[in-house]
Amino acid sequence: MSDATFQGGVHPFDGKDLSKDKPVKTVLPKGDLVYPLSQHIGAPARPVVAKGDKVLVGQRIAEASGFVSANIVSSVSGTVKSIEPRLLPNGGVVNSIIVENDHTYETIPGMGTKRDSGKMSKEEIRQAIQDAGVVGMGGAGFPTHVKLTPKDDSAIDYVIVNGAECEPYLTSDYRMMLEEPEKIVEGLRAMLMLFENAKGVIGIEKNKPEAIARLTELVKDEPRMEVCPMKVKYPQGAERNLIYAVTGRKLTSKKLPADVGCVVSNVDSVIAIYMAVCESTPLMRRIVTVTGDAIKEPQNFRVRTGTCYGELIEEAGGFVKEPQKVISGGPMMGFALTSLEVPVTKTSSALLCLGVDAMEEEPETACIRCGRCGEVCPSHLVPQKLMEACERFDLEQFEKLYGMECYECGSCTYTCPAKRPLTQAFKQARKAVADNRRKQQAAK
Amino acid sequence: MNQMLNVSSSPHARCKTTTRSIMYDVIIALLPATLFGVYRFGFYALIMVLVTTLAAVLTEYVYEVGTKRRVTILDGSAAVTGLLLALNMPPGIPLWIPVVGSVFAILVVKQLFGGLGQNFMNPALAARCFLLISFTGRMNDFVVDGISGATPLALLKSGENVDLSAMLWGFTGGTIGEVSTLAILLGAVYLLVRRVISWLIPVTYIVSFAVCVVLLGGHGLDMTFLLGHLLGGGLMLGAWFMASDYVTSPITRNGKILFGILLGVLTCIFRLFGGSAGGVSYAIILCNLLVPLIEKVTMPKAFGWEGKQS
Repeated sequence: MSDATFQGGVHPFDGKDLSKDKPVKTVLPKGDLVYPLSQHIGAPARPVVAKGDKVLVGQRIAEASGFVSANIVSSVSGTVKSIEPRLLPNGGVVNSIIVENDHTYETIPGMGTKRDSGKMSKEEIRQAIQDAGVVGMGGAGFPTHVKLTPKDDSAIDYVIVNGAECEPYLTSDYRMMLEEPEKIVEGLRAMLMLFENAKGVIGIEKNKPEAIARLTELVKDEPRMEVCPMKVKYPQGAERNLIYAVTGRKLTSKKLPADVGCVVSNVDSVIAIYMAVCESTPLMRRIVTVTGDAIKEPQNFRVRTGTCYGELIEEAGGFVKEPQKVISGGPMMGFALTSLEVPVTKTSSALLCLGVDAMEEEPETACIRCGRCGEVCPSHLVPQKLMEACERFDLEQFEKLYGMECYECGSCTYTCPAKRPLTQAFKQARKAVADNRRKQQAAK
Repeated sequence: MNQMLNVSSSPHARCKTTTRSIMYDVIIALLPATLFGVYRFGFYALIMVLVTTLAAVLTEYVYEVGTKRRVTILDGSAAVTGLLLALNMPPGIPLWIPVVGSVFAILVVKQLFGGLGQNFMNPALAARCFLLISFTGRMNDFVVDGISGATPLALLKSGENVDLSAMLWGFTGGTIGEVSTLAILLGAVYLLVRRVISWLIPVTYIVSFAVCVVLLGGHGLDMTFLLGHLLGGGLMLGAWFMASDYVTSPITRNGKILFGILLGVLTCIFRLFGGSAGGVSYAIILCNLLVPLIEKVTMPKAFGWEGKQS
């Protein structure tokens, strides 16, 4: 049987060799910690501490301000220095709680208490996840408790753990699958407690044979769990492609995974679920791959959220050459940073420092209608036609050509021989369409 | 860090393929047919190939400098046009005719419509048809060194027999680049292996043409007649190198199939019932004009929307 996969996609240089064999190293923050109130999709969290307050490790410093929102905890003990706007990795500036670290790491009482998910009720499990502020750590940052609360628990028949890690250079999920696979299995077990009819599937790209072997061994006696090896292709780990590869079901922008009976969580989120449910520990650490040709010693770090990115670069031996571009995340969907003075958030996965900016190497030229963009589009769009609509500012045509089904994976821009900024144009158009829809809704 | 960081919207990675590398691949793929043409028809053919190609590149250069545009001659697209035009020339034609063709192809068909990517017809073929109409006699004169070089298609049309193995190797009459089927296929394999072209258009073209010849040719399954038509004339060169031209063929998958089928049918009709023995050039430029329409009716639905009303 051929490997589970999807139609379309690209094979960019994967760069994972730089850091894939480096065990995760724990680093402690040196400077102040910065906790943006908005590091998830939904309403920003509301601060529950004030300037001058003493805080402990694991203490809630901001609470969810609605159902689709998430709590934020302090990852160190210390004093709240201020609450002020700070720059985020994605370029936004949001109100953030600044905590001065006292370096004693005094924890809140009860943190780390072991619990058995098998003896907990569904409500207790969901509450633990919500309290811990767990969000989708694959990048989107959608609050996990919302994802785990569909209309009908019994209609969910797949809980999919996303171990594809298809973004080039990233090795954080891979390291966790090798180093803490038991936590993934236990986190998945807790999720399966919520969905009595569901099967747990761990999807892993075949370029990680050790991870596949380790997890396959661990779940061999689990009747409700299995590992699904998948073809190595970007963007295999995108939610729609992953669901299609595992179940054959098709998701569009109009549907949520739960509408096709699926719940999808990334590897690190599943570990966060395990920590929240089984070890009473809120989400306050991230595995971050610091890599790229400009970094002296590329490696993987266990980092407390709020730590400044700049500290991680020092920790990795600094730069061996002047970086031209520094990216939070991977090269396909990551955010180029204007400054290293930004914090590690719940959704940070990597810090990629490139000595050469591939986007600058070749000038943009005329479209020759080669059609490669359409061949690689995982949503089966024709980016060439979408681009024509964008160039005419014809949003109506853009929507008609299913422009809103684009999820900005970047495959078309990657593959375009004329080096046209396709994805970049679609992002703007999609935002304009979404804004218009919101305005129309408001007018009604 | 003392220098400013580059900031742009994702993605931040790009593949190595460029328009230039694609065009150079096409030129490489045309080399076997070109070299065979030179071997077969002599030094004059080489001169003609070089002069025609150079004329195309020069026309593009002069136009772009004259209109203060970015000079794009290094992207190789003008050279491909010039080379293809040369390969579509009878071996003994006076040099000024293909030069006029090159100027027409680049200036009128390509640049006046907006340059690379905007031409509505394949420039080389449009120029060839322009020359065929303007200089009919000379464009159909396949005499080399005083030896009559009646083309296999002309022989087929007049009901005579053709030598299939000579057609396969290329020891027949015809234009410089179309005579050797083997040399063309060698180039086509290179393009397929390098993923420059997909097999969709050429294969659907050739298959639908073959089916039409069997149905309408009046010779049924007579293999000599069928193979003669497949190996003769510009079919192979046209199918692999000109029908598959990105700019003037549909971008959608189903559009490519429809385009190929239409080409096969039209080529067959032109060849069997038309005034001249050939039909590939006219079929392709006619179908080039249908591309916007073909794309309109073959736009794919997005993933997960199949069968749904949008």
